[in-house]
Amino acid sequence: MHAARQIGGPLLQVENISLSFGGVRALANISFEIREHEVLAIIGPNGAGKSSMLNVINGFYHPQEGRITYKGKTRARMRPHQAAAQGIARTFQNIALFKGMSTLDNIMTGRLLKMRQPFFMQALYLGPAKREELEHRAFCERIIDFLEIQAIRKTPVGRLPYGLQKRVELARALAAEPELLLLDEPMAGMNVEEKEDMCRFVLDVNEHFGTTIALIEHDMGVVMDISDRVVVLDYGRKLADGTPDEVRADQAVIDAYLGVSHEETASAAAE
Amino acid sequence: MFYREAGQFKTSYAADQAIFPILQDRIFVAFLLLVAFVVVPVVANEYWLSTILLPFLVFSLAAVGLNLLTGYCGQLSLGTGGFMACGAFAAYKLSTGFPELNIVVVMLASGVITALVGVLFGLPSLRIKGFYLAVATLAAQFFLLWLFNKFAWFTNYSPSGVISAPPRAVFGDFFVTGPQATPAGKYLFALTLVALLALAAKNMVRCRVGRSWMAIRDMDIAAEIIGIRPLTAKLSAFAVSSFYIGVAGAMWAFVYTGSVEALAFQIDRSFQILFMIIIGGLGSILGSFLGAAFITLLPIFLSNAPNIFGLSISVDTVSHFEFMIFGALIVFFLIVEPHGLARLWQIAKEKLRLWPFPY
Ligand SMILES: Nc1ncnc2c1ncn2[C@@H]1O[C@H](COP(=O)(O)OP(=O)(O)OP(=O)(O)O)[C@@H](O)[C@H]1O
Ligand SMILES: [Mg+2]
Repeated sequence: MHAARQIGGPLLQVENISLSFGGVRALANISFEIREHEVLAIIGPNGAGKSSMLNVINGFYHPQEGRITYKGKTRARMRPHQAAAQGIARTFQNIALFKGMSTLDNIMTGRLLKMRQPFFMQALYLGPAKREELEHRAFCERIIDFLEIQAIRKTPVGRLPYGLQKRVELARALAAEPELLLLDEPMAGMNVEEKEDMCRFVLDVNEHFGTTIALIEHDMGVVMDISDRVVVLDYGRKLADGTPDEVRADQAVIDAYLGVSHEETASAAAE
Repeated sequence: MFYREAGQFKTSYAADQAIFPILQDRIFVAFLLLVAFVVVPVVANEYWLSTILLPFLVFSLAAVGLNLLTGYCGQLSLGTGGFMACGAFAAYKLSTGFPELNIVVVMLASGVITALVGVLFGLPSLRIKGFYLAVATLAAQFFLLWLFNKFAWFTNYSPSGVISAPPRAVFGDFFVTGPQATPAGKYLFALTLVALLALAAKNMVRCRVGRSWMAIRDMDIAAEIIGIRPLTAKLSAFAVSSFYIGVAGAMWAFVYTGSVEALAFQIDRSFQILFMIIIGGLGSILGSFLGAAFITLLPIFLSNAPNIFGLSISVDTVSHFEFMIFGALIVFFLIVEPHGLARLWQIAKEKLRLWPFPY
């Protein structure tokens, strides 16, 4: 697991994806790739189509045009649960936890796909079913330790503060041992400390498990710090795609997205 | 004795995952089972066994069934009465058509048949939710009753439309249906079935199946993104729920009343069981029992209460009271405590755990 951070070939390729809702064009002819073991950031102003892009990747939205190749296989129209079965997990911009269940149960649902015991064994809770349950519990406990949420294992998630809910949602996604992890604004609405924790977790996941991560984030500081590459979207179009430094230097990006700070730096330099 | 878990450190996940992790709870449950299986059949009189405990057990089972579907999987159903009728008529056809079948097999097979019917009527749940689904299950309720009324085949062409349970024994001459069956025998039979099925339900809800139901209930989109197939989760909930309700219906016809007509399973029955799980607690197996106990005992309490206090109130007034109290309670629980009596019980236990040191 230590050679995990060797960035490899493309894990997922997005080619000429277009998606519209009625008259609204959310994505127009987007192409980029996500490489094995990298952290890719998708940035762009509000309504740029970032969340829609993730929704297309995990089969929640079906684009009108274009194709997606995951692990060398070009996929036809697929449902989210099929994407999950292929190793794609994600979190949501507006937390999508199971509010009526405890933290532990939420994380355990993340392992549903790994559980094999037939229904009747579970109803009887006999030998193998019990053993399976306990093995997965042990796995979830490792994630709980990793994300430092031991104290809230038995708390119903509805009662947790926002920052912790985001963390539990990450835990649930990690429980599935995904190859590709999609994070939609994992740090939105957090204070600085919580953001730092979250950055550390994201990097640790990437480092220790070799998980490929695509994340959406607005905080440019965070993006520049943790990502290997950045894709910039604006009004459904792709503006740029490259390392953080390349993107920062890209004129189209500066004009459209970083415009303000560019002018500020320019005027600051002038003074 | 203090109700305390202090000092009871769980040293393994197995201990922590147990149904009753706290020692006092285990003792209490063991005691309860001992009373139910040994003391009650000896001391309870026929009135208690046949008119209070048997219906309570049958209702509990039906409530557990509905709770699995509505409380755990979030699929509102108003077809409970229809499914109970389905179980009752399936049991009748099976036991008269195949007299050599053991009564236990008849009960379980009726459940399986009802499960299949339940899956069929659960299909709309893949497209519609909430109120609209409730209406679709209402169609099941009316359709099934119409079917059993319309086609005399279901009642073996009985002119009155009433079916009577043929005498059947679990083994030897331990009769649980028909005139030879004693109230205590019926009670023990029902109790055993209900206890085992409730245990199985509890196991389901703490394993993968149960979690996939709850995930669908809490947020179906997120559930699908985790890899849960809505089709499998919803239809399995309909199947298991209908199985329980079907067995309850068979038990109603065969063990509790002994003879029954389709009218016994009208829409009121569906609502009655829905009220049980609302009052008892949605998403709680214990709550299903509490709700069933409450709704079976309240009318008896109300009809006896005036005598106890030396008042004379007409039967009509009492039944009006009953409606008013139910209505008020349902509104109360829906608004204030959707987790019902089960949640109140848990709060009481949490308080007790700290007692007498509240901080
Ligand atoms: N389900 C939908 N139905 C209709 N329009 C949609 C839907 N989802 C997204 N859109 C539209 O598509 C466009 C892109 O939305 P999207 O949520 O992908 O933006 P975003 O980049 O994630 O923005 P934000 O930073 O605000 O989260 C918006 O104009 C939005 O209104
Ligand atoms: Mg978004």
